[in-house]
Amino acid sequence: MCEENYTVPETGNSLRRYMAYFEARGITKFFGGLAAVNGVSFKVEQGQIYGLIGPNGSGKTTIFNLINAYFPLTKGSIRFEGKRISGLKTYQICRRGVGRTFQVVKPLKRMTVLDNVIASAFLHADSKAEAVEEAKATIEFCELTLYQDKLAKSLPIASRKRLEIARALATKPKLLLLDETAAGLNPSEVEGAIALIQKIRESGVTIIIVEHIMKVIMTISDKILAINHGMVIAEGSPEEVASNHSVIAAYLGEDYSAQS
Amino acid sequence: MKQFSGPVILLAILIAFPWAVQDSYYQHLMILVLMWIAIGSGWNLISGYTGQVLFGAAAFFGTGAYTAALLLNKLDISAWWGLPLGGVAAVILALPFGWISFRLRGPYFALVTLALSEIMRHIATIWESLTEGMVGILVMQTWVSKLPYYYIALALAVLSIVIVDVAVRSRLGYYFVSIREDQDAAESMGINTLYYRMVSLSLAALLIGLAGGLYTNYMGFIDPKVVFSLHDVSIMAILVGIVGGVSTVYGPAVGAFIMVLVQELIRTGGFGFLAWFTKTTGWPFMTTVTKYVSEAHVLSFGLLVVLVILYLPNGVVGDWLCVKKTILFRKRETA
Amino acid sequence: MNKIILIQLLVSGLLMGGVYALISIGLTLIFGVMRIVNFAHGEFLMIAMFACFWIVQLTGLSPYLAVPFVVLLLFLFGALTYILIIRRTIGSPMVVQIFATVGLGLFMQNAALVLWSGDYRTIQSPAASAVLRFSGIQVNYSLLIAFLVAIAITLLLFGFMAWTYFGRAIRATVQDRTAAQLMGINAGTIKVITMGIGSGLVAAAGTLLLPIYYLFPDIGGPFTQKAFVITILGGLGSTVGAILGGVTLGLAEAFGSAYIGMEFEGLIGLVIFVLVLLFLPGGFKRLTKV
Repeated sequence: MCEENYTVPETGNSLRRYMAYFEARGITKFFGGLAAVNGVSFKVEQGQIYGLIGPNGSGKTTIFNLINAYFPLTKGSIRFEGKRISGLKTYQICRRGVGRTFQVVKPLKRMTVLDNVIASAFLHADSKAEAVEEAKATIEFCELTLYQDKLAKSLPIASRKRLEIARALATKPKLLLLDETAAGLNPSEVEGAIALIQKIRESGVTIIIVEHIMKVIMTISDKILAINHGMVIAEGSPEEVASNHSVIAAYLGEDYSAQS
Repeated sequence: MKQFSGPVILLAILIAFPWAVQDSYYQHLMILVLMWIAIGSGWNLISGYTGQVLFGAAAFFGTGAYTAALLLNKLDISAWWGLPLGGVAAVILALPFGWISFRLRGPYFALVTLALSEIMRHIATIWESLTEGMVGILVMQTWVSKLPYYYIALALAVLSIVIVDVAVRSRLGYYFVSIREDQDAAESMGINTLYYRMVSLSLAALLIGLAGGLYTNYMGFIDPKVVFSLHDVSIMAILVGIVGGVSTVYGPAVGAFIMVLVQELIRTGGFGFLAWFTKTTGWPFMTTVTKYVSEAHVLSFGLLVVLVILYLPNGVVGDWLCVKKTILFRKRETA
Repeated sequence: MNKIILIQLLVSGLLMGGVYALISIGLTLIFGVMRIVNFAHGEFLMIAMFACFWIVQLTGLSPYLAVPFVVLLLFLFGALTYILIIRRTIGSPMVVQIFATVGLGLFMQNAALVLWSGDYRTIQSPAASAVLRFSGIQVNYSLLIAFLVAIAITLLLFGFMAWTYFGRAIRATVQDRTAAQLMGINAGTIKVITMGIGSGLVAAAGTLLLPIYYLFPDIGGPFTQKAFVITILGGLGSTVGAILGGVTLGLAEAFGSAYIGMEFEGLIGLVIFVLVLLFLPGGFKRLTKV
């Protein structure tokens, strides 16, 4: 394996090219006798937006829970930046640069929006002043400044989703796992979510996104993985996956698939 | 500087108190209040801010108390060393305990802390060769006057409030509350929740254990039933926290004051008011009432607990707006 | 000689365990339906014992015949407690909910102290002092009867849970409260009834225990603790678990007191409690999926 050193102009970081920036190898999770995720493998390149689609219950969020170590892996391994992260604890994975949002958002309800993000910002901040500054910057990035001093529990759903993202961003992730960040939003809010996600990618963060709303995921993803019943059924560009027979069958049934 | 003026004035009053009020009975009460401020603050850190409700404060209090007593009894070292060492001993208990118990959440954690304090009570009762069992341990009191004890208790209370205040405004505070609000989210934010819960528990154990060490030196006598008491220590700690207001820095101070006051009020029938009233009026039924009130003081205590729980779940400080409205009979809704 | 002692301990432990189980089934049901831990459970037992005591004193009735009256009384008392106090704490943080019952327990304990003083009381009953002897084993008649009645009541309870509407409604609510409500079960009524039943069960246990124990206001505490141990051991919400747990505790205490020492009796339950919480969360229920 040869290594090259080069500098990415915007971020100024020095990177080495690994086998893959992020790699899941044969990850499997059994709950009792049921395999929620079965032998899923995929690679994500740095700077990509990588989408994960599949019908309800196909195992998408479970995959995130495995990456994040919310559940332990039954089999397989997960590597980030060439190093194994499967087996580490959730907070350690976060420190390695993997951030995540939850499908059912988890606002820290009795804290203000600002405090929510400050708590996250402390991960990389050395002092409270630094954490506050970092938090405010992140809140502005996510266009939440209006709500800064409001209690998290008083926020409407669209802002809660943004808060969820802001909190994850404040930990300065290199890889961000977005779980259904557009679900439950009205069309204009969805546009806003798409814009935010693209802004995040432009700032140098790699993104893996789970999404139900086809418009969102097809528009912004560079590559898509389709899964059903915990197994991979297709991988490729959005166009390739959209026209794949198995994918159509999974979503719409065998009849439709035969017709297309 | 405006935010400091309130507490500073209060501190000044507290410092001047024993000179202004020379009656040793009231000084005794204030010493209890100060001690409970320390215990309540410790409880508040782990239960209020960090959300891991502690039902076994007595485990740490008793550990602190017995450390002081045993140092004297077995090693002939002055029990005053027991004050700081009692705090340390309580932390030493807290560490392995937290390590194995923090896998439990919510009510289960609360129950296991309860079990811990009860287990310690049983051990202290059974292991007679070490603790003299139910007979208890007697400690010679260093001073006759209450003044020195008062100032030491005051120092402890101030220390507790300062620790809580500093912690709450720092990274610790943010992490504690994050853990309380959503432990899973906190982990995903890079917070080592086990580590920080242990820190919180250790601080709580420290403060409560210090209070225990002070108790031994001040009261001069301890036994398992008193210092490991479920009702008089563990439950009282929770009440002090709840009545004052959980997750507020000064809540425990208010709570300590109220609870000690209420306890004494009921026990003495309004500081002797009822007795005086009975004598003055000479009404026979008042004699019965007085007798029942003083016997029933714990009964009223229980009633008080239920009432506070139902109507002031956020405590006096937390529900201060509500309290103000009631006291001042303001029926208008606040704008 | 040893074999006789072993059997003796087994029998005593088993019998006592059966009664313990009866005390705990109520607690576990209440938790299963309402997710409330009733810290005043032991005090309910105490009140039941006092009620039975006074009925016996005033009417000369045998304590065993007083069972239905005491059960009814405590059923109403439990239902009232739920309506007046516990229902107000729903939605409040856990500390508050727990504390409502703690305060209640405190209140009841000291009301008893004030009303009836701390004197120890017993009832004289010919059945109470009789002892059954066979092949070297001694069994207190009162304990034996308590055990048998406890079994009878438990069987009645199972019948109720299996074949009546309310029984099935309760089971449904324990399993999934929302689903139960969607199927037309009035959660509020169920909660009141469950609280009543739970209190009634512990009342029955109390009257059965009266001939065996001395009665005084503080007697509730240790029983609350035992009920908790058993409930956790058996798995919260599992009635079969409560039975298994009760028997386990009864045996553990019998053997523990005999082989380690009498003074360790209270400690045994506590240690079991901690071990189960730490290493077998979910108790027996987890193991047997009952």
